[in-house]
Amino acid sequence: MGMLKPERIGLDDFADQHVSICGKSFLAHKSGALYWPAERALIVADLHLEKGSAFAARGQMLPPYDTRETLAKLAAMIDRYDPETVISLGDSLHDPDGAARMDANDIESLHMLQEDRDWIWITGNHDPKIDRALAGYVLPEIVVEGIALRHEPRAGAVTHEIAGHFHPAARLVLHGTSLRRPCFVGNGLRLVLPAFGAYAGGLNILDLAFEPLFGMDGLAVWMLGHEGLYPVAPRLLKDD
Amino acid sequence: MTLTTPKNTKKRRTPTHSEPVLPPEISAWFARRRWKPRAHQLALLKAAQQRRSTLLIAPTGAGKTLAGFLPSLVALGSGKQQKKGAGLFTLYISPLKALATDVARNLIEPIEEMGLGIRTETRTGDTSIARRQRQRVKPPQILLTTPEQVALLLSHPDAPHLFADLDTIILDELHALAPSKRGDLLALDLARLRTITPDAMMVGLSATVARPSELRGYLMPQTDPDRVTHLADLVTVEGGAKPEISILEVEDEIPWSSHTARYAMREVYDAIRAHKLTLVFVNARLQAEVAFQELWRINDDNLPIGLHHGSLDTLQRRKVEAAMAAGKLRAVVATSTLDLGIDWGDVDLVIHLGAPKGASRFLQRIGRSNHRMDEPSRGILVPGNRFEVLECRAAQQAAEAGAQDAVLSRSGALDVLAQHILGMACQAPFDPTDLFTEVRSALPYAGLSRNQFDRAIDFVSTGGYALRNYERFAKLKPSDGGKLRVSNPRIAQQYRLNVGTIVDSPMLKVRLVSARRSAGRARQGGRVLGEIDEYFAEQLPPGATFVFAGEVLRFEGMRDTEVFVSRASSEDPMVPSYGGNKFPLSTHLAARVRAMLSNPGDWPGLPPAVAHWLELQSERSVLPASDEVLVETFPRAGRHFLVAYPFEGRLAHQTLGMLLTRRLHRAGAQPLGFVANDYALALWGLGDISALISEGKLSLADLFDEDMLGDDLDAWLAESNLMKRTFRLAAVIAGLIERRHPGKVKSGRQVTMSTDLIYDVLRRHDPDHLLLEAAWADAATGLLDIRRLGDFLARVKNRIRHQSLSRVSPLSVPVLLEIGREVVAGHARDALLREAADVLVQDAMGDS
Repeated sequence: MGMLKPERIGLDDFADQHVSICGKSFLAHKSGALYWPAERALIVADLHLEKGSAFAARGQMLPPYDTRETLAKLAAMIDRYDPETVISLGDSLHDPDGAARMDANDIESLHMLQEDRDWIWITGNHDPKIDRALAGYVLPEIVVEGIALRHEPRAGAVTHEIAGHFHPAARLVLHGTSLRRPCFVGNGLRLVLPAFGAYAGGLNILDLAFEPLFGMDGLAVWMLGHEGLYPVAPRLLKDD
Repeated sequence: MTLTTPKNTKKRRTPTHSEPVLPPEISAWFARRRWKPRAHQLALLKAAQQRRSTLLIAPTGAGKTLAGFLPSLVALGSGKQQKKGAGLFTLYISPLKALATDVARNLIEPIEEMGLGIRTETRTGDTSIARRQRQRVKPPQILLTTPEQVALLLSHPDAPHLFADLDTIILDELHALAPSKRGDLLALDLARLRTITPDAMMVGLSATVARPSELRGYLMPQTDPDRVTHLADLVTVEGGAKPEISILEVEDEIPWSSHTARYAMREVYDAIRAHKLTLVFVNARLQAEVAFQELWRINDDNLPIGLHHGSLDTLQRRKVEAAMAAGKLRAVVATSTLDLGIDWGDVDLVIHLGAPKGASRFLQRIGRSNHRMDEPSRGILVPGNRFEVLECRAAQQAAEAGAQDAVLSRSGALDVLAQHILGMACQAPFDPTDLFTEVRSALPYAGLSRNQFDRAIDFVSTGGYALRNYERFAKLKPSDGGKLRVSNPRIAQQYRLNVGTIVDSPMLKVRLVSARRSAGRARQGGRVLGEIDEYFAEQLPPGATFVFAGEVLRFEGMRDTEVFVSRASSEDPMVPSYGGNKFPLSTHLAARVRAMLSNPGDWPGLPPAVAHWLELQSERSVLPASDEVLVETFPRAGRHFLVAYPFEGRLAHQTLGMLLTRRLHRAGAQPLGFVANDYALALWGLGDISALISEGKLSLADLFDEDMLGDDLDAWLAESNLMKRTFRLAAVIAGLIERRHPGKVKSGRQVTMSTDLIYDVLRRHDPDHLLLEAAWADAATGLLDIRRLGDFLARVKNRIRHQSLSRVSPLSVPVLLEIGREVVAGHARDALLREAADVLVQDAMGDS
């Protein structure tokens, strides 16, 4: 393994873990959110709000509670870190019409979360446009302190980047038990966040899609548990 | 509630008077074969002439199938049918498509010999699409098919025309079909068939069951479900000679804890050598692999011994069946795939490896030998361990008494109802009140409330959520006269892809490749040996060797839906192939075992090792009375153990173990883990449980109180993997989630969304939802066996016998030996992640 190993500070409190990207320090939380203490910024990716109703429109009646579930999770993170800025890294809505299908109560919950803080929607492939009803600033990407925050990671050995899009998940096999969980994946120079949305699935990080981003060298993986966030040695991970 | 047989209440047995007359071509056929129609065959003919639905209970070899078809042959042979519709006269429904095909073959031959010219065809998933389409327009006179095909046929708009002439419906192996979700679906389809042709007559064919009235009720329309249960007539053929059953005695010690009966293989082999054709039954597929392997290891005479189980490639199974039929095999090691239906070859001995777990299944399996009714079937039981010695004796006693396991009467599943409602909507717009009445006429749904039914309709239409914001996407729309119709023709296509209640766990193809040459990725070619479930494949580390399809194989890797293996050079597989018994010990056998244990008068016939074990137990601890539950506590290796012996089967014990763990945690006993088998469960922890009890800090009565089925159960269900699996099955059957179709390989890029996410969200936001209700009902009788656990807790109230011991008791040895063999799910997940994180720390701190 190279020099870039995941941080191992505070293994006793597993709820969040320090992660560094190009020397900047972050807290990765077991919910899948990333907090940037120096900037007081909370970063989440792939909320996929209204995914349930998008399926319902095509005849598969998934429970219509994903939006409120995701917003409640987000509210808990805002409570925990009290950020000045919230940045949603794209695919915040499952489809461009999502906002129109959103329940009035859910829109109101969102507006309450937005009070007293800046809110930035980065656009994604699922939501190239963000309905005005959702308020906030809408940007294709943003660079903060030299770190680019965007939806889809740039191909190749890019550094200084925090992104989403791929819904990384990892599968671990130990003692004959298999466990598949969403995860943060990075290499110290860039990081991909897990999807934060209640109905967002996961793509195994051993999938070819991740290869151009990291290679296998110096890969760092943090799996989301129920009680904490756990750094996991990549050699323990398996294909689906 | 009363049980009635309409018009007269006479039970029909062997008729003596006014026997119906067979038409000349049929009686001539009997005469040519030097056969005489049997009494029950004529009884069914007479019942048919009086248009009475009938249940025929008969042992194998009694000519059941011919009895079922004889009335149709007589009627069709006369050629006097008047066609109102498409001309389909008799519908035969079997749980197995292979059985339908086999029965068709055995039917077409006599029809030809009798010169009756009756068109007979099968229709299964294997039938070509062109033929299936033709069958809907121009059906045969006799159609042999499966429940799923009936559901599909009924979902087409032309169903009323297709079934307009239906005269007789024959349900084969009804005892196996009725008490299941497939049986629920079939019951609903039968109700619809009766609506189309009210005069159609039902004939049920069944093996001996504990409660025939449930099957008789299944065959009849329940027109007044709140007050009476209508029953079909009953014709019973008494079994012929009593089966001869023995328990194998061997020189070797009987193992403490194992299910493979590996120790007795030499004796099993000798028995095979002394017979023409032996069926060797086991309870689990992987046990079959072990037994097959062991038998070939000592097969000095090179006897042709085959293997038959559900994971083997179909082609390979067909080959084994054909070889059996042709008399080319001396033995076949089989799982439940050979339980039902088809008779392959002249079996003269059945050997059961491991305890049979249930009396009925055992009798059914023993019945596979000697198909002539007047000769006894011969069976040998081979217990796998000491407890199984007791269980085998219980099974032997039950078989001698002809006692059957009672099947719990079931209420129809709500997920199945949802599927049926959509199917009916695809057929034609329906009036909800009419459909409700029709649904309740099916016995499993006789107790359905209008509220449940309306919620099921609501579920089908919009998902049925408390938050009603899918109205605009509704699948069912009002049409004229208060009827509901499907809002979109695409819905019918979706329905047809998802019909049925069999949801397999994802299966992976096992492909044989040459041994690892390089780390090369693409491995192509190679023979497909069969399929294994994803669950088993997942836990194989590369290079692991395991037994499958009768060979020791080396796991090379996995890609998409295929597992690559090579032939292993070593003889000893590394991965224990035991996958656990599929069936838990039946309540009936458990009661017999408990009684035997409490009565030393029963022990003299036991093998000395077993009798000695029980004597030692009564010296060092105690043997509980048959109405008690024994709980032992003792220290061992720095841990404190609690071992309980409920004898309620592995599934109920696992649930009990989960719940007791929570309670012991609260009581400060610091539990660390537990393990369960069919007879007992053992929990261990850091706290001194004996001391907690003697100091009055822990009461066993409270620990085992029924109230554990309240909050503790609820809290555990939130995280239970078994519950999530149960939910997934219900979600697929109800149509919320689409089935994974074989051949539709998911592309690597595809993001998968698991039903676990839906389960979590639904539990939190809509805890009264129909699907949770359905999943709960399944779990209660299925994987969690909560119903049985509840019965147990009620039974042992004030009947807990506690023994505080200074060391391990003899009786606890078998269950303690299972520690480490079983993976306990649930709380363990974060522990697993923590361990993985530790590995990372070790990596970091080490030299590498």
